[in-house]
Amino acid sequence: MYVAVKGGEQAIENSHRLIAAERRGDPAVPELDVRQIREQMRHAVARVMAEGSLYDPDLAALAIKQAQGDLVEAIFLVRAYRTTLRRFAVSRPIDSARMAIGRRISATFKDLPGGQVLGGTYDYTHRLLDHELAGDGAGEAVAAEAAAPLDPEMPRVSDILDAQGLLEAEMPDDESDPVADLTRDPLRLPGRRDQRLQNLARADEGFLLALGYSTQRGYGRTHPFAGEIRQGTVAVEIEAPELGFAIDIGDIEVTECELVNQFKGSTEQPPQFTRGYGLAFGRAERKAMAMALVDRSLRAAELGEETGHPAQDEEFVLSHSDNVEASGFVQHLKLPHYIDFQSELHLVRRLRADFDARRTGTDREAAE
Amino acid sequence: MTLVMETERTAPDETYNFAYLDEETKRMIRRAILKAMAVPGYQVPFGGREMPLPYGWGTGGIQVTAAVIGPDDVLKVIDQGADDTTNAVSIRRFFRRVTGVATTGRTVEATIVQTRHRIPESALREGQILVYQVPIPEPLRRIEPREAETRKLHAYREYGLMHVRLYEDIARFGRIATSYDYPVMVNERYLMAPSPTPKFDNPKMTAAPFLQLFGAGREKRIYAVPPYTTVTSLDFDDHPFDVQSWDEVCALCGAADSFLDEVVLDDAGKRMFVCSDTDYCEDRRAAGHVGPEGADEADAPAGKKP
Repeated sequence: MYVAVKGGEQAIENSHRLIAAERRGDPAVPELDVRQIREQMRHAVARVMAEGSLYDPDLAALAIKQAQGDLVEAIFLVRAYRTTLRRFAVSRPIDSARMAIGRRISATFKDLPGGQVLGGTYDYTHRLLDHELAGDGAGEAVAAEAAAPLDPEMPRVSDILDAQGLLEAEMPDDESDPVADLTRDPLRLPGRRDQRLQNLARADEGFLLALGYSTQRGYGRTHPFAGEIRQGTVAVEIEAPELGFAIDIGDIEVTECELVNQFKGSTEQPPQFTRGYGLAFGRAERKAMAMALVDRSLRAAELGEETGHPAQDEEFVLSHSDNVEASGFVQHLKLPHYIDFQSELHLVRRLRADFDARRTGTDREAAE
Repeated sequence: MTLVMETERTAPDETYNFAYLDEETKRMIRRAILKAMAVPGYQVPFGGREMPLPYGWGTGGIQVTAAVIGPDDVLKVIDQGADDTTNAVSIRRFFRRVTGVATTGRTVEATIVQTRHRIPESALREGQILVYQVPIPEPLRRIEPREAETRKLHAYREYGLMHVRLYEDIARFGRIATSYDYPVMVNERYLMAPSPTPKFDNPKMTAAPFLQLFGAGREKRIYAVPPYTTVTSLDFDDHPFDVQSWDEVCALCGAADSFLDEVVLDDAGKRMFVCSDTDYCEDRRAAGHVGPEGADEADAPAGKKP
């Protein structure tokens, strides 16, 4: 008569076995190789690395396989793993001006030093399903080779504008000042831009996309231009104290977006262009652009602009951008809440009893 | 059969540091705990780490437990008062794996009790630690969503907003309509969220001989009520604080003094009430107490086979 409503060890054990079997799917179909995911699902891998805050394509691919392609779950796996890693050094800031370019475009100048480099993009494909990919018949894809190497000089658009004083100057931080690190320290509010940029770089792409979009639709307009989007590989350098100089420890692929935004000026500042910045691991243009929109939007108060829209509210944006936090807390509603519910049930029954008693009293008065 | 939650000490999984977190991180958390104990009820920000369990599922409590647990500890984990709820099972398995400590379902045997939503019915003693999992550490959050504001309110001990909220309940409903996560004043200084425990449990917090630690992982806050600290539930002279009581008694053990879970038995509204604290209920039955439905051997409670 008293049904066992509570789960146990055995149920959890069986659930784990079932999800493992479901992950594998039909055993007659060959199992996915982690290398296949790494090589052929590069955008998924990039997103897991960026939001997982760990540059490791192999581990990201493994996480995607383990999570059956649920990228937020894969990001969670990578985050939980990275927290166990020892931190042996803090790198020098990467220099994206020295990037080995894979793609570089500017929407603000028709041509510019270094030229426009379209690179590989879906932008001008027609989104028609390619049924050849469905079978084994897809031929080998061979990229066309450029006639000449890229211009080694590929100055950033922002540097070009900066030199003319048309763009707000970006002052480097004091190098002795440690950079904020949300993986070590709690979020501080109000916070500095370094903390904000780290938060946005780890933020859920969908959340940033929607917020960035909202600014374009009038909820805190920022009048953005895609000053430059560049994607390619950059060297990561660390300074070993015993050596006294920086050593290159490897290359990472990143996508960088610098937005140039109109600014009418204030009593202290002349009219000029301002910046919004986005950076993400791997090929992640949508993320980098959305991030740049939101970064600029969050500067509204600092620039003395009107505020009040969601994308301009630092506490709102930074507190809700993390999909591992959000996913956990939203889904914790699955956990038993019978104690709280029982308490509420108890309360509602008493309130209803009070209500009925009051109504009966009122009815009696009315009858008299 | 013994319950699966009763396990002996074993060797931990060598892949991870003892209790999963590295020693530096544990030290950082212990510092936050010490600060929290020095300023009872104050929410100490800490560098919460990403755990292999989801946010909102006890990561704060898990980090606190990981920071204070040693190989000789005996751990009890409960959720809704019960040891065999799935998330309690999951957290206990996690600690068994990464620490190898002995685990128990018996409150009296545990040195550390990690809990979600309940304080055990039987009083804990000196030396025991109760670790609460906290989803929203800020008691003022439902009134003021901004952290930058609520920190100021605490700094100025400005809790008028909360009194107004409780008063509005009285004005509208004739009584305070908060049944869980009922706000308390700690050491007459800080307003504190007792985590979503039912207000039924609030009186157990004051002047308690055991240490109470609260961990909020997602919000990255730790707070504490050291032993023998005053914890007062907010109320008004003409509307004094009271706790829930039931017309029923526990169907299995007959307890009239414990928090009861309502179990729906069929779709015709047939219900029964049983202790939410499974250990308390089992203890009472072992001592010979029998509730109205508890006599039949074939209807043994969940978790135990006859």
